[in-house]
Amino acid sequence: MPDQLLYAMEVTLNGLMAGVLYALVALGFVLIFKASGIFNYAQGVMALFAALTLVGIMEGQVPFANLINAIFGTEIHTFGWQVPAVLAIVLTLLVMILLAWCVQKFVMRHLVNQEPIILFMATIGLAYFLEGLGDLMWGSDIKKLDVGLPQGLNATIDDLTYGWFGYGFFIDNLDIIATVVAAVLVIGLTVFSQYSKQGRALRAVADDHQAALSVGISLNYIWVLVWSIAGFVALVAGIMWGTKSGVQFSLSLIALKALPVLMLGGFTSIPGAIVGGLIIGVGEKLFEFLIGPMVGGATENWFAYVLALLFLVFRPQGLFGEKIIERV
Amino acid sequence: MKDTNESRVTEDGRTIGGILMEMRNITLRFGGVVAIKDISFDIREGEIRAIIGPNGAGKSSMLNVISGFYHPQEGDVFFRGEKRPAMKPYQVANMGIARTFQNIALFEGMSVLDNIMTGRLTHMKSGMLAQAIWWGKAEREEIENRELVERVIDFLEIQAIRKTPVGRLPYGLKKRVELGRALASEPKLLLLDEPMAGMNVEEKEDMSRFILDVNDEFGTTIALIEHDMGVVMDLSDRVVVMDYGKKIGDGTPEEVRNNQDVIDAYLGVAHD
Repeated sequence: MPDQLLYAMEVTLNGLMAGVLYALVALGFVLIFKASGIFNYAQGVMALFAALTLVGIMEGQVPFANLINAIFGTEIHTFGWQVPAVLAIVLTLLVMILLAWCVQKFVMRHLVNQEPIILFMATIGLAYFLEGLGDLMWGSDIKKLDVGLPQGLNATIDDLTYGWFGYGFFIDNLDIIATVVAAVLVIGLTVFSQYSKQGRALRAVADDHQAALSVGISLNYIWVLVWSIAGFVALVAGIMWGTKSGVQFSLSLIALKALPVLMLGGFTSIPGAIVGGLIIGVGEKLFEFLIGPMVGGATENWFAYVLALLFLVFRPQGLFGEKIIERV
Repeated sequence: MKDTNESRVTEDGRTIGGILMEMRNITLRFGGVVAIKDISFDIREGEIRAIIGPNGAGKSSMLNVISGFYHPQEGDVFFRGEKRPAMKPYQVANMGIARTFQNIALFEGMSVLDNIMTGRLTHMKSGMLAQAIWWGKAEREEIENRELVERVIDFLEIQAIRKTPVGRLPYGLKKRVELGRALASEPKLLLLDEPMAGMNVEEKEDMSRFILDVNDEFGTTIALIEHDMGVVMDLSDRVVVMDYGKKIGDGTPEEVRNNQDVIDAYLGVAHD
């Protein structure tokens, strides 16, 4: 087999893996959008905040250390202990649930029945608030996140492909794990929303608020639940991205990559988020590999958006979104 | 008919019990507009109680007060002899008061079966963790609820459309599905907001039959709002008549029909 083709295959595989990570962020968007019709701009920052909190807890950092030191003139930075990864993840999850409760209590419940654009603006505010809060609590330096996930070359795949083609594919272990995690998440969320009592209530709220109230569903409870689940998805995305490229504030920018993913997959479809992520991942890697050299490279920055733009023109509801029917 | 809190048996052999719900001196305002003005009436266990009146009389507002969507500025609501504090609609639903809406509020994207299943939510007890851990128990609960829902579907004769997304159904069937969702919660009090609005004669007859059967077979207390005088007179045991937010008549269909105020309101005598 020619080298070029083999290399393209490897690029495709790597694209698929990168796509899974995009899909993880997109998934959080879809969940909240489906349940409350809110486009949650803060989803990316939630992933960053979750990752920051996780690192902070693991390393025994004192939250608000700089603030405390500035006020009391002290010099504390750490508690001097290390928290095991599993325990830290559970604690971070609790923080995310608390955050969900606060978002509902202090922001969203005051905006019931408002225009979608106002809710959207509120989430932009929330995004910047969270970024500031993350900075204030845990500091702004780039941190390394290591929860014990394997990283680096997967030797088995390298050996196998070398045996088949005489050329070993480089596949990162972390990407494989991300793929498995994303698959489990999607299956879990689908089962939850289709077959559990809360899932049914959640779909009901997404469909019609008034009708949901009349069958005895508390909107507040459902919204806290949705934001908690979105917080959980953000935590998973935060762990994957944080492990891959370090916990830094540019992490919140990956949220923007989720936008074209959503335009492709449709804002209301969980499988759509996954397929959209994969298409963008593969598309931008292959495009960079095949066309990149001709136009001077760096196509990864804009390819996803151009693809999304094309979709907006020809299929505005996305691949899996609910069909837009205009009744006259 | 004098109001006593004793049960009686109707001509067709149904038992009408004591007072289930009582509205006492209800006044509801929206800004300067008075939608309901000092209205009192009661609903007895097992009866079909109608609220009628011309457009804008405040009928729907009254239903919204009962179901907790509106909160009156004055007056009290008594349920089963106890004063009910101001409640959210979902809390009212959990007390066993189910309702339908004038312009239909269904979950359009969900199937007929799923829509009616949501009516069982108030009866499902296992929490989220319990469902995840004791899958078998949750499954059993789901099956029990499912059986009841299937009975409701049989009762309303909508087996053929069980799996159809509600958004695709014609208007008359949507109304029937909405009734099914309310019935699935096994309500103590069923509130119907214009159950026959916009229907043709045949659909109206079907709906009337369902309402009578629900009342007869399950003994469900029903309070309904309706425009069509003929339908109301045939269906109901007692009728409240409203006009411009005030109560102008209350009694059996016969009594109401002969009430001069009611005749004036319907024939459109000028208000002084």
